[in-house]
Amino acid sequence: MRILFIICSVLCLLLQPTYADNKDIFTLRQTPLEVVPEPPRMMPQDNKDQRKVRNYPEQPPVIPHKTEHYQVDAKVNQCMNCHARRAIDESNAPAVSITHYMDRDNQFLASVSPRRYFCNQCHVSQHEAKPLVENEFIDVEDIIKYLKDKK
Amino acid sequence: MKISRRDYIKASAVLTAATAAGIPTTGNAANIETSAEKIGLKWDKAPCRFCGTGCSVMLATKGGKIVASHGDVKSPVNRGLNCVKGYFLSKIMYGKDRLTQPLLRKTNGKYDKNGEFEAVSWDEAFDIMEEKFKKTLKEKGPTGVGMFGSGQWTVMEGYAASKLMKAGFRSNNIDPNARHCMASAVGGFMRTFGIDEPMGCYDDFEAADAFVLWGSNMSEMHPILWTRITDRRLSNEHVKVAVLSTYQHRSFDLADIPMVFTPQTDMVILNYIANHIIQTGKVNKDFVSKHTNFRMGNKDIGYGLRPEHPLEQAAENNDKVGGSSESSFEEFAKFVSEYTLEKAHEMSGVSKEKLEALAELYADPDTKVMSLWTMGVNQHTRGVWTNNLIYNIHLLTGKISEPGNSPFSLTGQPSACGTAREVGTFSHRLPADMVVKNPKHRKIAEKIWKLPEGTIPAKPGAHAVLQNRHLKDGKINAYWVQVNNNMQAAPNMLEEGLPGYRNPDNFIIVSDAYPTVTAQAADLILPTAMWVEKEGAYGNAERRTQAWHQLVDAPGESRSDLWQLVEFSKRFTTDEVWPAEILESNPEYKGKTLYDVLYRNGNVDAYSIDEISHDHNNQESKEFGFYIQKGLFEEYAQFGRGHGHDLAPYDRYHEERGLRWPVVDGKETKWRFKEGSDPYVGEGKDFEFYGKPDGKAVIFGLPYEPPAESPDEEYPFWLSTGRVLEHWHSGSMTQRVPELYKAFPDAVCFMHPNDAEELGVRRGDEVKISSRRGSMNTRIETRGRNKPPQGLVFVPWFDASQLINKVTLDATDPISKQTDFKKCAIKIEKV
Repeated sequence: MRILFIICSVLCLLLQPTYADNKDIFTLRQTPLEVVPEPPRMMPQDNKDQRKVRNYPEQPPVIPHKTEHYQVDAKVNQCMNCHARRAIDESNAPAVSITHYMDRDNQFLASVSPRRYFCNQCHVSQHEAKPLVENEFIDVEDIIKYLKDKK
Repeated sequence: MKISRRDYIKASAVLTAATAAGIPTTGNAANIETSAEKIGLKWDKAPCRFCGTGCSVMLATKGGKIVASHGDVKSPVNRGLNCVKGYFLSKIMYGKDRLTQPLLRKTNGKYDKNGEFEAVSWDEAFDIMEEKFKKTLKEKGPTGVGMFGSGQWTVMEGYAASKLMKAGFRSNNIDPNARHCMASAVGGFMRTFGIDEPMGCYDDFEAADAFVLWGSNMSEMHPILWTRITDRRLSNEHVKVAVLSTYQHRSFDLADIPMVFTPQTDMVILNYIANHIIQTGKVNKDFVSKHTNFRMGNKDIGYGLRPEHPLEQAAENNDKVGGSSESSFEEFAKFVSEYTLEKAHEMSGVSKEKLEALAELYADPDTKVMSLWTMGVNQHTRGVWTNNLIYNIHLLTGKISEPGNSPFSLTGQPSACGTAREVGTFSHRLPADMVVKNPKHRKIAEKIWKLPEGTIPAKPGAHAVLQNRHLKDGKINAYWVQVNNNMQAAPNMLEEGLPGYRNPDNFIIVSDAYPTVTAQAADLILPTAMWVEKEGAYGNAERRTQAWHQLVDAPGESRSDLWQLVEFSKRFTTDEVWPAEILESNPEYKGKTLYDVLYRNGNVDAYSIDEISHDHNNQESKEFGFYIQKGLFEEYAQFGRGHGHDLAPYDRYHEERGLRWPVVDGKETKWRFKEGSDPYVGEGKDFEFYGKPDGKAVIFGLPYEPPAESPDEEYPFWLSTGRVLEHWHSGSMTQRVPELYKAFPDAVCFMHPNDAEELGVRRGDEVKISSRRGSMNTRIETRGRNKPPQGLVFVPWFDASQLINKVTLDATDPISKQTDFKKCAIKIEKV
């Protein structure tokens, strides 16, 4: 039994990382490189339908509902069932922006441009996961206020 | 609490009235800013920080911060569009954990490889680096030091690094992470055409009748180019899209001919198409006879593993991997004749109807076809061959160098072309497609660099995978990593990556903006200015060079890679690093610092700081006292001007949305090798592949050969790794943008539902994925965007907490030395 314990301890020592590990620095990975941590649980997509403030006006809004099983292929674009210009009185969804009607030469088409066809290249649903690192991006209106107060 | 629209209006009306009453009239509305001074934004252009597409973005600055970004409407690449990553560029520099001070592992105030990271000054950081580099150079000579750079270095940074390593330290141990991503494409170009990079350009998207994706998920990895294909396909009914992959992914959503094939059998399909073209009499005989040669490539060339590996011992030609012999059309026709429709169908698992439909896209002379590929073809133990095989079918039909007829190799990094390939930051290369082993090429470089003959060593240095092996074996002892996260990205991390970084004999320096997995394995971390915190230039996949100004200052003591390289060069004199013979015959170089001989050589310091933009800062130039980015660019441009790689004068790139080289008489080149569109093609030649001495491209006879490792009883699954739309590469930037993180939070294992059922696991269950080399744990996804066939799983590698490269195999293409990240054998167990 004692021998087994010694073998185990030696093995443990061998498996220990031989260098210190500042956990406070390595934000995206809280474990030594040799260690296999338990993967985080899969979280569902946020489906609360509550629109999020954009970081800046040009940002494509994130999708405040589930889309994981939407059909968007050459045959059908399920997003447009609700977001098409003529669908919104019934769906209460926001209509796709006017920019989406523009072709490569900034000319307006009668319908949404095919180059904007695959919505999920720019618009993404959000999982109910807590960000790993805070982001310190500052909203321009706060910067304007800060600059005003400084004067 | 939910507030109704009516309540909200009422509440804000009260607020507005109160505000208006309390503030003296300023001519401003009370609840909204209107003054031009306050709401005006300063807009500047810059290429996107992410993939090789090279979209141009407009960035707004206010109060010294980036506050907004959008797609540049003036850019021909993206015309106002960005993908979701591009739209969130404004936030990539603002992760709370930006590194702002150098960090050194220490115990009791002294450097200790096993110590904890502590903040140190730049002086102390350079002191220990100098000590380690000098000790190594003294004990081991130039091959004891190494540098691992990137296709994310700016053109100037890659060029400065190449000079420091190849001429300063006289070591060719410099390689970019582009080795993992583009080396097979380079090998393919050099073998077939004798000159690197695509002949066509993105204008082909609006001219082609058919698009074929050979191992590329453009929908997620090149989203903006996919918008152009989608536009072309959905606007024009006759246009066809064929998608080939080893698993179903989002690009299949647009596919007319979707094809999932057995790994490695893309080579069989390509040879079948060549055979089909010949059998159906669709060879463009005029083109083939005038503009091509035939060669048979050496077979059985091994798998780039360590020499003692049984597969290398068994390989007949692993010492002559790139060799080939003269051949003829007849021999080639006979060679591919065994690749029948039946054989292609049996080996690939793709139906005969689909294979024939695919072959006809190439064979039909009236269909203009664009082939596109990225990592499925390049990260392949026969990657160079597969590139060659794609060119074969374009050359047999003469479908090349004309609008819409275009074999197009896509790139993964913003400057894989501009920096890694064109500047030549590979261990065997010099700028403008030149190589270190060619004495004439070395002489040209030494002349432009104003250095003594014999400064640049002739022997190629260690490539990416070999650098890791050399670190483990103690052959490289001082090693500097810039702008990449190779501990997370390189294959076989536990056997070949980590042991080298933690080898007690080695000193590892990592320059990065964020604390990455690679930084975690380092001994010294240097905080680094990123992207628009410095001035730079990138080159995209269609030969477009784009420059940008420094738009904001980097946080804390962060400094650009360029500053770090050039500042470090001041710490060495020629007497310390060059052999006595060189200095004896060139006494004027004696006692000079590397800074003097490399960067104060009359070229790099030729432009005054008065020339830098008055509207922008330029940290490095102001500190060094000359316009260093322009000086480096103009010296570098000397290599290519007049030699098919012409760049415009540097200043012009600040005005243009990029220009596609060769830029001759002020004009860019869209289609190379074709008379009328390429000024380098001789009059009356029609086509001229001038990278080859006789102006002819090569059609190669190359067989199918099996992968290095295939599933067996013990390890029954194929593993393919790759990216997802929302995260770029190792996620060090995108994982720090909350919206991108929440869009795709953590890595998962995409698996066929039947395989999951057989393993007794359900969606969301934890599993252990292991190979003969290592293991990692992740969770099962059976309903996600990727739908693998039974027997194959896909795991993305962006996640620092789930390192799939502990499992992958470090087998490479023996010609290009690029790893095959798409094929190895694994087992999966429920945890």
